[in-house]
Amino acid sequence: MQMKIKELKTGIGVIKDLEISIGRVFEETWAEPVGPTPFPSLTDLREWDFQLLKRYQPLYMPFCDVCCLCTFGKCDLTAGKRGACGINMAAQQSRIVLLACCIGAATHIGHARHLVEHLIEKFGRRYPIDVGGLNIEVEAPITRLVCGIRPKTLGDLEDILDYLENQLTHLLSVTHTGQESSNIDFESKVFHAGMIDHVGLEVADIAQIAAYGFPKADPESPLVELGYGTIDSLKPVILCIGHNVVPATEIVDYLKENGLYSEVEVCGLCCTAHDVTRYNPKAKIVGPISWQLRFIRSGVPDVVVLDEQCIRTDALIEAQRIKAPVIVTSEKNCAGLQSRTRDPVDAIVSDLVSGKVPGVLILDPAKVGEVATRTAVEVAPSRKKFKAIPDIDEIIERAKGCTKCNDCRRACPQDLLIPEAISEVATGNLANLADLYEACVGCGRCENACPLGLPIHSFIVKAAEKQLKEEKFKIRAGRGAVQDVEIRNVGSPIVLGEIPGVVAFVGCANYPHGGKELAEMCSEFANRRYIVVTSGCAAMSAAMYKNEEGKTPYEIYTGAFDAGCVVNVGSCVSNSHIAGAAIKIASIFAKRSLRANYEEIADYILNRVGAVGVAWGAYSQKAASIASGCWRLGIPVVVGPHGSKYRRMLLGRKDREDDWYVYDARTGDRVYVGPAPEHLFYTAETKEEAMVMIAKLCMRPNDTMKGRAIKLTHYIDLHKRLYGTLPNDIHLFVRTVADIPITMKDEIIKILEEKQWKEGRIPDPTLLPRLIRKRKA
Amino acid sequence: MSMAAEPWQQAEIPGPKKALVITKPEVVVAMLKRAKRPILVVGHEAAGIGLGEEKLIDYAIRMAKTARVPVVATAHTISEFLKRGFQPTSWMPAVDIANRLQDPEWEGLDGMGQYDLALFMGIPYYMEWVLLNALKHFSSNLKTISLDRFYQPNATWSFPNLSFKDWNESLEVIIDKLGGK
Repeated sequence: MQMKIKELKTGIGVIKDLEISIGRVFEETWAEPVGPTPFPSLTDLREWDFQLLKRYQPLYMPFCDVCCLCTFGKCDLTAGKRGACGINMAAQQSRIVLLACCIGAATHIGHARHLVEHLIEKFGRRYPIDVGGLNIEVEAPITRLVCGIRPKTLGDLEDILDYLENQLTHLLSVTHTGQESSNIDFESKVFHAGMIDHVGLEVADIAQIAAYGFPKADPESPLVELGYGTIDSLKPVILCIGHNVVPATEIVDYLKENGLYSEVEVCGLCCTAHDVTRYNPKAKIVGPISWQLRFIRSGVPDVVVLDEQCIRTDALIEAQRIKAPVIVTSEKNCAGLQSRTRDPVDAIVSDLVSGKVPGVLILDPAKVGEVATRTAVEVAPSRKKFKAIPDIDEIIERAKGCTKCNDCRRACPQDLLIPEAISEVATGNLANLADLYEACVGCGRCENACPLGLPIHSFIVKAAEKQLKEEKFKIRAGRGAVQDVEIRNVGSPIVLGEIPGVVAFVGCANYPHGGKELAEMCSEFANRRYIVVTSGCAAMSAAMYKNEEGKTPYEIYTGAFDAGCVVNVGSCVSNSHIAGAAIKIASIFAKRSLRANYEEIADYILNRVGAVGVAWGAYSQKAASIASGCWRLGIPVVVGPHGSKYRRMLLGRKDREDDWYVYDARTGDRVYVGPAPEHLFYTAETKEEAMVMIAKLCMRPNDTMKGRAIKLTHYIDLHKRLYGTLPNDIHLFVRTVADIPITMKDEIIKILEEKQWKEGRIPDPTLLPRLIRKRKA
Repeated sequence: MSMAAEPWQQAEIPGPKKALVITKPEVVVAMLKRAKRPILVVGHEAAGIGLGEEKLIDYAIRMAKTARVPVVATAHTISEFLKRGFQPTSWMPAVDIANRLQDPEWEGLDGMGQYDLALFMGIPYYMEWVLLNALKHFSSNLKTISLDRFYQPNATWSFPNLSFKDWNESLEVIIDKLGGK
């Protein structure tokens, strides 16, 4: 708030030209005017949310019929019943979604806070934010859009984090018993959680890119090694698991400073693996989150370093089984271990190497670097890669005791036919068991369920040992942001529809049938000249399948953000660059004002930028919050069938014509534009369904006729190939005859006639009345 | 009927309201005969599950023809129907048909009004679990039947967990007795 008083006469005297500012002081050198919603509160974007939620209404699919969050409960909320607090099932489901998104956002924002604090301590508050040199002027598009400020130094990021933490506290308080009562208002707050989550992602990644010198929007970022088979098990091996790369960088630094790098192998699982290869391309990625059990049990790691997020909470137990010391490094994940942060390194190493303690908590990253390295070097000779995987003879013998009770199968999220495979093993045939490896998500629930205590996951891993050891792939290190010049080049063809879409394969590895489906989808859309972007575990899975020439997608397709690319942006926090690219199209290409102008930019993206997020194996609360940030921004998200357990979809109804009108900003007319995009959050049953829907969701009201024809060509072609017939909703996506792909004209015209189709027009689309430039008299 | 009426995936604890168990296949026949507007929803697993000489989808076709029930194929299952020379009434994603079924204002695939009975088969167990729960909570006038082999507690009626043999026999009885509709 600003207040200016020209002249104030009081009993004490006269005050002239008094100027008072309360709140944040915006940087004066940024000429762009501040938009309507700087640092938006919980309700500042409510009207925009309601616009979206009117069209994309929630379908609640409860995963639980009761509420057990307070001592009035449990309350049965079945079929219209209300709980003791008055809540109904719709509100309860949206409340749980909000809780999940708060958890996800808190995780990213907490990650960002720890990272920024550490980097400021190491590099100073004035360390400049440079994420792409001269190639990037808009260094933080989400932050500019949401907060209305332009961070220039690491210190500037602290102000942003203050805002995010403030909002997060309010959002979490909303979920308390007796607060919000409307499911639609809960949903609006879900969007808010997603939006601040995206800011948190961006803060974390631009801080680490700048300070650690990660690839800076580099289309030619190094090809790094990925896969179990790439790890040199003859060396001492340090395994880093999690998402916060700080301790891993200190390990790399210590090794380099002491001339040990060629003697010790540093590798990672999950996003820390991405980020350590961005820091040092000689580090290696073992694989996605689901490789944790199999890699630890293999005995290859000599020391296991845990930071935060997506780490198995039994990692310490598993590491003990292979006699590998554990170092936990985050105050968010102390694992019950004694803090040795202030102890001398010699004493800590001695205790770990001797096995006196199974692990330690060290909250000083530099000390982690030295302890991890020295421990790995000293413990490796005595460990001799001690493993927890049984040999074949033992597996066959123990399989003979299986009673086929089915408990393993009924515990398996994939419903894998484990009992049948174990029966075969008892006869000496391990082939069926090995076949389960591909679809196994590595959760280990089968083992917990087995009344005989058979280590079934280990059995599967042993049976597929050959396949595991042959996992040798290349992935391009996460490149970070998309260059401004790349946006200028593709902005026009994306908005006009000539590049058929931007498809981002993101998220975790809870796939219904293994990562192969994801790799197939990546290649399919890259071959069709979509812009394909990857991140996180999905980026790894995409790398794990080669073509006939033995090349992975990252070796086949360009790493430049252009038609037909496969671009790995990096870890979970790098997802910000995907949303950021959509925002930059509005800002750089279309020259829409970015600063604190959320609603207009989201409206632009929803109506013009054919971007779709695909989280085929999404499992986490973080994935939920990332998705919700996309929804508010107008980007649809497709999840795999396990994503149905997120318990709420946001679905359009193409059969309701009234839902698909927009304003023509040129005239103020309301114009029917068809169901584009049809859904905002949607779970697909199969890969085939997902592929058809991805192509469909890339259509936008603003597509030119040529662009729409291209997009329709892909949609119809995929539908015919995978469904064996033409789509039954083509008429809803043809606005004018010129939209019809030339090669399909006859058959589509016939359909249009059957459907009594009428020609429409292509407006300058917006949902916001205030953007109408000329009103009718 | 040889196996228990408990969720196939053991941790998916349902309730308090749980599906009534179909102890005799005649229950399904009676429900179908009583229904004014039934609909059959068939997921992609129907084309992969073998039942004797046939696949589950072949039973779906026979049932649809015998009882004259409109069929909605979810996911890419339409291609499997077409390969068999059967044209379903419609095809759409599983969440879309669930979303429409829970809408009291939806006029159905033919514009003739709401459905009063929805039969499901062939959708992945955990996905069907939540879809049926959406209908349990939000579509008061719709009854649902799971024809899958494993107990679906969020349906109105469901088979218990069955052996292939019992399941096969039950489906045969249903189709046979529907012939007299």
